[in-house]
Amino acid sequence: MTEGHIEEQRKEKARRKKSRLPMLAQAGPVSIWMILFVTIPLLFIIYISFMTRGPFGGVVYKFSLESYKTLLDPIYFTVILKSLRVALFTTLLCLLLGYPFAYYIAKQPAERASKLIMLLMIPFWTNSMIRLNSWMLFFQTAGPVNNVLLKLGLIQKPIMFLYTDPLVMLGLVTGMLPFAVLPMYSSIEKLQKNLLEASADLGAGPSLTFRKVTLPLTMPGIVSAIILVFIPSLGTYTVTDMLGGGKVLYIGNIIKNQFGSIRNWPLGAALSVLLLAITALLIFLYTRFAHVDELEVV
Amino acid sequence: MEQMKTKRQGKHRLGHFFATLYIFIMYAVFYLPVVVMVVYSFNDARKNYSWMGFTTRWYTKLFSFSNSSLWDTLIYSLIIAVLATVISTFIGVLGAIGLKKFEFRGKKFINMMLYVPIIVPEIVLAVATLILFVTFGIKMGLGSILIGHCTFCIPYAVVTIKGRISGDNDTLEEASMDLGANRIQTFTKVTIPTIMPGVMSAAFLSFTLSIDDVVMSNMLAGGSQSTLPVMILSLNRTGLTGDVNALTTVMICVMVISMLIYSAIRKRIAKKEAQA
Repeated sequence: MTEGHIEEQRKEKARRKKSRLPMLAQAGPVSIWMILFVTIPLLFIIYISFMTRGPFGGVVYKFSLESYKTLLDPIYFTVILKSLRVALFTTLLCLLLGYPFAYYIAKQPAERASKLIMLLMIPFWTNSMIRLNSWMLFFQTAGPVNNVLLKLGLIQKPIMFLYTDPLVMLGLVTGMLPFAVLPMYSSIEKLQKNLLEASADLGAGPSLTFRKVTLPLTMPGIVSAIILVFIPSLGTYTVTDMLGGGKVLYIGNIIKNQFGSIRNWPLGAALSVLLLAITALLIFLYTRFAHVDELEVV
Repeated sequence: MEQMKTKRQGKHRLGHFFATLYIFIMYAVFYLPVVVMVVYSFNDARKNYSWMGFTTRWYTKLFSFSNSSLWDTLIYSLIIAVLATVISTFIGVLGAIGLKKFEFRGKKFINMMLYVPIIVPEIVLAVATLILFVTFGIKMGLGSILIGHCTFCIPYAVVTIKGRISGDNDTLEEASMDLGANRIQTFTKVTIPTIMPGVMSAAFLSFTLSIDDVVMSNMLAGGSQSTLPVMILSLNRTGLTGDVNALTTVMICVMVISMLIYSAIRKRIAKKEAQA
């Protein structure tokens, strides 16, 4: 090693040290925040899920698998299965309703498309709780739907829509649809026209082109949509609380109740860990289709 | 041949008709709750169980400020939303630049952590934060809600702004430094203006996420003053009064109008730049 080389290396080291201050100032706050308020709470909740429930609520720091055993109790297990079923159904509906919607917008001229997207966003600036309340008013016993059906003589007495699973599903689907439409829209928009033309030129009909070209190429958007709809639907408690009136219970409600009236923190923690595990599994599956950085959000 | 052509055209037109109809129905469904909200803000009933006729009394009541608890919750929600927006956008700008520009150990981990609040159900993070705060004796209230909000706003801010930083930024910054500007000057005069559209949308997104949040606000309030969405959630079962509808109607109007003004200003600036 020559003298000059060593000198060069020393300079490089000094330069690197000098660049450490701006690095700390810029990447520091976000890193500290994420570790303090994401990593540590999640590790802590995993830890709590293996502890024992105190006699008057609270936590006794003694290892136990009691909470996880409780999850297998039929009462809780049916709720978990039901939540999974509803989330799955919501996701399916969002994909089926959202894909043609996204496709239509993506095929419009750019300016019109961005206007249509804007038009889609505006209703979602309204408070989400008041929107759920509106669905309730719309379907309540003396609400417009029942009134019209009664006037038309289609029903003799009002239908009880409130506090039923279908209404909860309606609230979920209408609330989640934009999160399905936006990622699918952006991947359909990127789809190159000449690929579709090539497919048609080679003799493929519209349905074959759709199955062999459009669908595989827009898969990242579809998988993003699945993640962005399925996981929040699985963890919701507000939609069930507003439209289910406490009669319809999903995982989210059970978790919330453990920290309110029931006070069984380890059980709430174990249910949260279950949601975390399902999320992790889905993300793992997602990475087999696309890179996580490509997950289209917003 | 001719006949086939017209037949295909006819089929095409029919397809077009159904596509338009479908889009129209979808938008109608999206706007229906908003319309119901506005209509019931004019409902002359003590509580919104049924339609009792037209009135504007909820708006008079709202702006006579007689229901001070409603205004208190709104102001409380606004304070939290503004603070969350400022903090998240500030940390988000720095973080997006820092995570793009520098290589350091654990960067991959931080990038992964940023996706956690976006993807994991909010209830999980809210409950985890609650357990941590209670265990370590941190008092619940404005501070805890604010921390909760920032935790999910920061990732969105970072992701939004990161998308706006391109390769050109490095060249521009180097040029600025070569011309004698120091780091801080370069940051405020070069870096920030180039990523400004991203910063604006990050701020807008943070504000809308915070003002609409229920889960964090509900879990981390600890019996203190609740935010507007939490109040609506808790009053829902006993029935909301029309002034809440009136208030949210006013809010959506303000949002839409300010959005229109913002886009008009941006259009005008773009026009001026094009002329210059």
